[in-house]
Amino acid sequence: MRGRTHPVEAVAAWLLALIWLAPLAYAFWSALHPAAYATSFSLSAPWTLENFARAWNQAPFARYYLNTVVLVTLILVGQLILSTLAAYAFARFRFKGSGIAFALVLLQLMIMPDVLIVENYRAIARLGLLDTIPAIALPYLASAFGIFLLRQTFKSVPQELVEAARVEGAGPLGILWRVYVPLARPTYVAFGLVSVSYHWNNFLWPLIVTNSVEARPLTVGLAVFGAPETGVDWSVITAATVMTMAPLLIAFLLFQRQFVQSFMRAGIR
Amino acid sequence: MTDTAASLPISERRTQSQAWWNTVNAWLLLLPAAVLLVAFTHWPILATIRHSLFITRRNGTEVYVGLDSYQAMAADPIFWKALVNNFWFALGTIPTSITLALIMAIWVNRNMRGRGFLRLAYFTPTVLPMIAVANIWLFFYTPDYGALDQLRGLFGLGGWNWLGDPSTVMGCLIVMVIWKEAGFFMIFYLAALQQLSPDLEEAAAIEGASRWYTFRRITFPLLMPTTLFVAINAVINSFKLVDHLVIMTKGGPNNASTLLLYYIYEVAFTFQDSSYAATLTVVLLMLLSVIALIKFGYLDRRIHYQ
Repeated sequence: MRGRTHPVEAVAAWLLALIWLAPLAYAFWSALHPAAYATSFSLSAPWTLENFARAWNQAPFARYYLNTVVLVTLILVGQLILSTLAAYAFARFRFKGSGIAFALVLLQLMIMPDVLIVENYRAIARLGLLDTIPAIALPYLASAFGIFLLRQTFKSVPQELVEAARVEGAGPLGILWRVYVPLARPTYVAFGLVSVSYHWNNFLWPLIVTNSVEARPLTVGLAVFGAPETGVDWSVITAATVMTMAPLLIAFLLFQRQFVQSFMRAGIR
Repeated sequence: MTDTAASLPISERRTQSQAWWNTVNAWLLLLPAAVLLVAFTHWPILATIRHSLFITRRNGTEVYVGLDSYQAMAADPIFWKALVNNFWFALGTIPTSITLALIMAIWVNRNMRGRGFLRLAYFTPTVLPMIAVANIWLFFYTPDYGALDQLRGLFGLGGWNWLGDPSTVMGCLIVMVIWKEAGFFMIFYLAALQQLSPDLEEAAAIEGASRWYTFRRITFPLLMPTTLFVAINAVINSFKLVDHLVIMTKGGPNNASTLLLYYIYEVAFTFQDSSYAATLTVVLLMLLSVIALIKFGYLDRRIHYQ
């Protein structure tokens, strides 16, 4: 079946692909043309970057970019460190309570912080962290998903390598750093891509805990900017939309295979 | 779980005190993650249940009210509306996006010209922020000026307030979510298809089986584990996906598009009623737990034939 493809099917496949790209193509069209052409498609329409300039000047998008970059970096670094330590404990130590502890970790796969917004808001308020970037990051720093993925990877590390490192005098943390971490590199890449994509795009929780330009990530900034009350031009809003998704989109186009494989690994758990 | 034997040598030969030392070390490694997990997952779950049994007076004191909030919830038509909407939202998005995902995966798996491009086109919506997607689609559905009404205009039809009409709003959101999700589900089918032995299909072809018959009797049953896996994840997603409501409809018109999580958000942060929001969250947690039980207790044992 892989070899033969009916021409009708090929046409259908391409048609579906074009339909699938249409919304995106439309966004780029509208962002790159004067407002008058936002709804009328004409090949003679002049191209312009004016909409981007106006969006950039009408809202603090530079600050939003910075906030998002700080946010995803903070989350990623925190997740990598915490997941590595926890996964190491689960993969290579036999200890009392490990079964229950692991089950309690897995609980977060089903009941994610995304649905615990009410109580997490109270917790963040009690900590006095409302309207800060760490407030957005905190509930996500311990990732059950990261622990789970790394534990699986660590378990496949050959025991001989561990013994060799021990003979050379490495302690538990030395073994983790010199043997396990280097061998788990593909897992780190996969987890990192998924984590960055997820938190670059995350919206509801940041919307709830932030209230100022200093803490807002791009997604929330875009929602505030595009709210109908602001009366901003449609073309300018689309330009802002394109700016919000551009970094991930460019990364995806450059590392397509990596992205698809990472999302796949992330999903099959 | 499979290779516990491999991890034994670290501790097995050692004495009791070393086993104890092992436990201490392991818990020290776990500690940072454990503290945050307890603080932002386990504790909030318990606190949610507790808060659903109390109300907060205006002076800040909490009063135990038992199941009063649950009775109020049972009498709240918006709660039921949200629940029913969640059902239709799931039913509208999941079967269609799974079917599309399967078709896409089969196409992309072929030696078709430009299949790299096809995969790119199908998968791209997955990496976009929901909020950006909502912005783009919001404009498609804009009355008169939006792309949809312009298309209707070509056929001489008048404008229609797609998101402002209770009869069309849910359908519009469903179409958008299908577009966003199908490509994500595709990659799981693609992975599964690449694992299938080509011999099976060749044998079927030699036996003279039609392609539809081959798909229906061989390929599709072999993909069953993937289908169930994708379906479960899709159901979980359908409860979490509410970002678009914030800027597209705010749950309206007349709550026609509200979903449970969005209603929780509204009750907690617009109406400032955190006790009732906790009660609603308990329902959401129960629904997710049921899905978890089905997933871990039943499907995980069933879907792997090998």
